[in-house]
Amino acid sequence: MSAEATLTKEDSSKSIWGGGRSPFNISWGKMYMWFFLVSDAFTFSSLLTAYGVMRHRFAEIWPKAQEVFTHFPFVAGHLPLAYVGLMTFILIMSSVTMVLAVDAGHRRNNKAVALWMFFTIIGGFTFVGSQAWEWYHFIEGTEQGALIMPNGDHYRFTEGVKGAPEHALIAPNHTYITDAVEIAKIEKEGRPVHGANLTENEYGHPLFGDFFFFITGFHGFHVFSGVVINIIIYFNVLGGVYTRRGHYEQVEKVGLYWHFVDLVWVFVFTFFYLV
Amino acid sequence: MSENKNEVHGYYTGDIHNQFVEEHYDPKNRAVIWRTFWILLAITLAEVSIAFTSISHNILIVVFIALTIVKAYFIVAYFMHLKHEKYTLIYSIILPFILILYLIVMALGEGNYIHFWDHVPFL
Repeated sequence: MSAEATLTKEDSSKSIWGGGRSPFNISWGKMYMWFFLVSDAFTFSSLLTAYGVMRHRFAEIWPKAQEVFTHFPFVAGHLPLAYVGLMTFILIMSSVTMVLAVDAGHRRNNKAVALWMFFTIIGGFTFVGSQAWEWYHFIEGTEQGALIMPNGDHYRFTEGVKGAPEHALIAPNHTYITDAVEIAKIEKEGRPVHGANLTENEYGHPLFGDFFFFITGFHGFHVFSGVVINIIIYFNVLGGVYTRRGHYEQVEKVGLYWHFVDLVWVFVFTFFYLV
Repeated sequence: MSENKNEVHGYYTGDIHNQFVEEHYDPKNRAVIWRTFWILLAITLAEVSIAFTSISHNILIVVFIALTIVKAYFIVAYFMHLKHEKYTLIYSIILPFILILYLIVMALGEGNYIHFWDHVPFL
């Protein structure tokens, strides 16, 4: 079957719906990928909307992400949002290397496709690793942790919170308790918790942890499967499969998936960390 | 590749359907890719830096969501190349998301409304 091909203009304008060529000028495989991504986007939209509903429901006691994610590797002290900003940069960068691989495919440059695919895989692994690191610190929590009262109210210590007074507790509604008698009473009755899991969360409402684990976990699963698919395509490129086939459409398809993963992260980043 | 203007370049998919797919290659693509990258990076840096200013949180939320949509546009239009597909395909992909807008408006309103039941004594 011929690879590189041409049609004359007359042929191409007459026969768009006449069979033999794609009316949307997109192969069925790419079409499948696009509509799979539409359905996947619906799944993520529903998850983020559910997060939004519960956030509106518990608006005044919802944790502030800037106070939760403050760690940065090899740096002591608190750098809120810095690490997740770096993760966003890594994922955007790997999207760029992916689109450069697709571009090299249009030029039928097998070596360049392989090189850019390789960088994309490295970027993907770096991102998944970063996410594992982020999860570790969220599960581990702070040294001081928080106190949970018998009625379920959280009182956090001021560790890592910018602008907080010394010897204070943070009430669930983000106000500071500085009265020594009140603090002593809470410390006596409260049960200490450290970090977050599916039923408890030192930073505030447990649903924050549940949504965090589920949504970033689901996204991380997408990144991981993207890396696996990228590796398969990478070895196909090395083996010259697409040189023989004559076109690099398979790289375009996996590229669409990879950009989608980046796209979802843009939304997760906004709704979990910024807003 | 030949320079004949009366010909359309592309490839046959090579599977059982063996459809002809038209392909445009523009050498300027790589410049567009890097431009898109700088735009995305600049927006992300701007987002992280304005998060710690004293601007009212309600204004920030609107700014963040607007910037997110701008970023999404650049990823979908240039990285996923949707801008250069046929309009029929663009609309069949974009229009279903009207349903998501509807879901967001309805569900977030409901989120505020559940609160109402906190003050009903027997529930």
